[in-house]
Amino acid sequence: MPAVSKGDGMRGLAVFISDIRNCKSKEAEIKRINKELANIRSKFKGDKALDGYSKKKYVCKLLFIFLLGHDIDFGHMEAVNLLSSNKYTEKQIGYLFISVLVNSNSELIRLINNAIKNDLSSRNPTFMCLALHCIANVGSREMAEAFASEIPRILVAGDTMDSVKQSAALCLLRLYKTSPDLVLMGEWTSRVVHLLNDQHMGVVTAAISLITCLSQKNPDEFKTCVSLAVSRLSRIVSSASTDLQDYTYYFVPAPWLSCKLLRLLQCYPPPEDGAVKGRLVECLETILNKAQEPPKSKKVQHSNAKNAILFEAISLIIHYDSEPNLLVRACNQLGQFLQHRETNLRYLALESMCTLASSEFSHEAVKTHIETVINALKTERDVSVRQRAADLLYAMCDRSNAKQIVAEMLSYLETADYSIREEMVLKVAILAEKYAVDYSWYVDTILNLIRIAGDYVSEEVWYRVIQIVINRDDVQGYAAKTVFEALQAPACHENMVKVGGYILGEFGNLIAGDPRSSPLVQFNLLHSKFHLCSVPTRALLLSAYIKFINLFPETKSTIQEVLRSDSQIRNSDVELQQRAVEYLKLSSIASTDVLATVLEEMPPFPERESSILAKLKKKKGPGAVSVSELEEGKREGGELNGGSDRGADTAAMAASNASTPSPQADLLGLRSTAPVGSAAPSAGSLLVDVFSEAGPATPSAAVNDDGFLRFVCKNNGVLFENQLLQIGIKSEYRQNLGRMYLFYGNKTSVQFASFTTTVSCPGDLQSHILYMQEHFVEPLVEGGAQVQQVLNIECLTDFCDAPLLNIKFRYGGALQNLTLKLPVTINKFFQPTEMASHDFFQRWKQLSQPQQEAQKIFKANHSMDTEVLKAKLLGLGTALLDNVDPNPENYVCAGVIQTKNQQVGCLLRLEPNAQAQVLSHTHTHTHTHTHTNLYSCL
Amino acid sequence: GMRFLLLFSRQGRLRLQKWFTPTPEREKKKIIRDMTTMVLARKPRSCNFLHWRDLKIVYKRYASLYFCLALEDQDNELLALEILHRYVELLDKYFGNVCELDIIFNFEKAYFILDEFLMGGEIQETSKQIVNRSIEASDMLQETMEEYMSKPAF
Repeated sequence: MPAVSKGDGMRGLAVFISDIRNCKSKEAEIKRINKELANIRSKFKGDKALDGYSKKKYVCKLLFIFLLGHDIDFGHMEAVNLLSSNKYTEKQIGYLFISVLVNSNSELIRLINNAIKNDLSSRNPTFMCLALHCIANVGSREMAEAFASEIPRILVAGDTMDSVKQSAALCLLRLYKTSPDLVLMGEWTSRVVHLLNDQHMGVVTAAISLITCLSQKNPDEFKTCVSLAVSRLSRIVSSASTDLQDYTYYFVPAPWLSCKLLRLLQCYPPPEDGAVKGRLVECLETILNKAQEPPKSKKVQHSNAKNAILFEAISLIIHYDSEPNLLVRACNQLGQFLQHRETNLRYLALESMCTLASSEFSHEAVKTHIETVINALKTERDVSVRQRAADLLYAMCDRSNAKQIVAEMLSYLETADYSIREEMVLKVAILAEKYAVDYSWYVDTILNLIRIAGDYVSEEVWYRVIQIVINRDDVQGYAAKTVFEALQAPACHENMVKVGGYILGEFGNLIAGDPRSSPLVQFNLLHSKFHLCSVPTRALLLSAYIKFINLFPETKSTIQEVLRSDSQIRNSDVELQQRAVEYLKLSSIASTDVLATVLEEMPPFPERESSILAKLKKKKGPGAVSVSELEEGKREGGELNGGSDRGADTAAMAASNASTPSPQADLLGLRSTAPVGSAAPSAGSLLVDVFSEAGPATPSAAVNDDGFLRFVCKNNGVLFENQLLQIGIKSEYRQNLGRMYLFYGNKTSVQFASFTTTVSCPGDLQSHILYMQEHFVEPLVEGGAQVQQVLNIECLTDFCDAPLLNIKFRYGGALQNLTLKLPVTINKFFQPTEMASHDFFQRWKQLSQPQQEAQKIFKANHSMDTEVLKAKLLGLGTALLDNVDPNPENYVCAGVIQTKNQQVGCLLRLEPNAQAQVLSHTHTHTHTHTHTNLYSCL
Repeated sequence: GMRFLLLFSRQGRLRLQKWFTPTPEREKKKIIRDMTTMVLARKPRSCNFLHWRDLKIVYKRYASLYFCLALEDQDNELLALEILHRYVELLDKYFGNVCELDIIFNFEKAYFILDEFLMGGEIQETSKQIVNRSIEASDMLQETMEEYMSKPAF
């Protein structure tokens, strides 16, 4: 048996807990719990009314069972009953149960709110505090609605007890954090600021948390707090350690309040008032001076509290970034901590110095500690400290020390902990690129990275090195030579093979003069790795081979032999087989000129911000990156529709005949708009056509329909893209029903807030033409994340206008507002109809009433390529009928438009002529509108 | 502010959980698992701070119990250690030489003491005297050993 607790212990509870502890197995425990649950259930259901004590005891047992990890599905009502007990201990257990096991049952919430309301108006401070705690613990919207206006009154009322004020301040803070819209600023706000002057230190400590949060959101309204905070801080800092009595913690006066005051000041720029500023600088100097004084106690609590204030003061100095003298003193102080025997202080000093490194006043001072930091990276026993050291090296890196730091990080990588390798690799790659004076050093560094930590080199990193090599002629020969040498190693990482394959495929000719790296030697070297590689790498190598045939005609027969072998041309992987077949055919039928054009060297990539940097930003908050997070990262790197396999990149490499690279060819195109996997192969050219004009970056409220027309003939793709946001669409239609998936991708590393989307139907579209039902999206879209929304569409009768999609969100502080036309057009509801020539013309003639017929001549905007046209007509949704029209130049289509109210048969004839004008002719059942609507689609 | 406080034993048995922001049950279970494995795997004399997701984790071992506190980015790690220490002091004062068993058998008291000290993820009262006084006040209904033993044992 345990020591009997003070207060009113519950004997039955103690016995039960002790039974559970004596259970020898999980099964025995579950059995005991079930027995207890049955017992409690019968007591609650029994005829005899339970007394308060028993009710309290059983509710407490249920709570214990729940905290053991078991589900509890009854007892809530009894707990609510306890709330209205007059006995404090019963009420207390009731509130504890509600706080831990909050139930969204609205009936219950109303009862709970009632009990809270009674307690709040009871004028009994202990009851009031219990009620406020419950609101803060549950913090639900319903509670905020019920009490958000009441609590400020309690907080500033003159006769409220101090302890209630403290609870009210923190309760209000919690409500403000969960439902800021319900906490209205008002007359009370100015009185809250004056709580900073309150005599009771506990009230000040609680109130300042609230004030800090409110100031962050409404700095102007609260700016009077600055001078109040400075004078309060000054009084604490200059007080003797005994002045504040119990608020002195291990000889440090009011450490919590001091830190909170310093934190509040970080919401504002330096005070403008000279006197206030002078007083504050004095405080900061005193804090820095005290750090040098001998400790008043040997206890770690003393030094922790004292140093907590010191670190907070340094944060404020860094935040102001305007007092060179203080910044340098701060840096020196942190420098001392770097060598402190306390691991915690070394850790915090490394972390704090990272922010100091970005100030122009202290950057040089931070750099003087480079040897200490490198030493920390090598010798610290704790991985989280080494991580901070790596962060600091990264932050203090500039042109003057880049080579040293990169070299140290590379050598550390050889033994680095698995948990931080990926991030280290990214950092090395970024520094190498950012501070590369000569690009041969850059290439060496990246290849070293692959050699040392190949598994952790993400696609972004090796894409980037290739992009840079392609863009800079001066390094291409060196890169070819270096990868060639690197590939000589008997076991080299697959990423090395990828880079090697790509670079030799492009620039192998630059080293082919040397007989030691003749074309055939290069080819044999690459091919010796082939069988050890994964499918995507093999696909890349095949593309390199076809490039070799162009670069070095003498390798043609050898390579053709390889392509022709069963292991290639009959490979069970479709992608590999297709490449082998196509490249073999290309190499045997294309003339040298054609080959040279098709396989021309890759054109330079457009300059843009390194995507590696974006990736690192996204990874912020490293330390212990759990496996699940890494996987998440990989998923996020994946494409909109999961369709951009490496195939797209390498295929583009092989077929880079365009003068500017298409988006698919962009190696860095993490977010590139790769074709949707499910698109029909014949639509390929259409897709390229569409994707080559990526949406413009105009985050305006005007309707943007650039993406709209491209979707008339297809269902999947990118509707809109700018620097912030990418919107992709996948849609499917069956009969008169459609479903559209919208994918919103946040391209930045920053969260979008208040993200809302609304679909509206302009004019009379909603009333009788189109019915849409949407699933809503979450209001927060994390940086790099993608969210999905589903729209259900039903076509009632035919229609002309398209629905509008409005998207609003906050990026940084700025509201972004965007309206797009949703590509829902009448032709989406086409059902193709096959018919023979005879039937077609018979119906054509039947439908020749004036209102059934329409004709239009229009200029083709695009080339009149047969295949393209055919693909577009198929995309329109009709059946394309061959051998129907006597004139083979004409296109004939048939289909039925399915709406809820009727079906509209539709025949279509396109007569292209040499001047690239098109005569179009439609015959439909009954509806004249349909013509107009269809033409608008065409 | 603070996000959650967990107390668990060296064997990873959870002894107390306090969530300062509403958290779904499934998420709680995952966090508890992550925290116990992560903290228990740390070598002795490592530093007391970790990064986890976007939070700072501050932990400290007292006898057989680990105290583990999650902070938002702006909070001060060193003072968080002292919050843990102050909580231990309060428990110690109440139970007199507190041990793991006290917290197991009087878990509700451990919650009540915590509630006097912290609220909504912020520190409510830093004075040990004041907190102790209000805990004692809430134990108004003192009872004797005799009264305790006369209560039913089921």
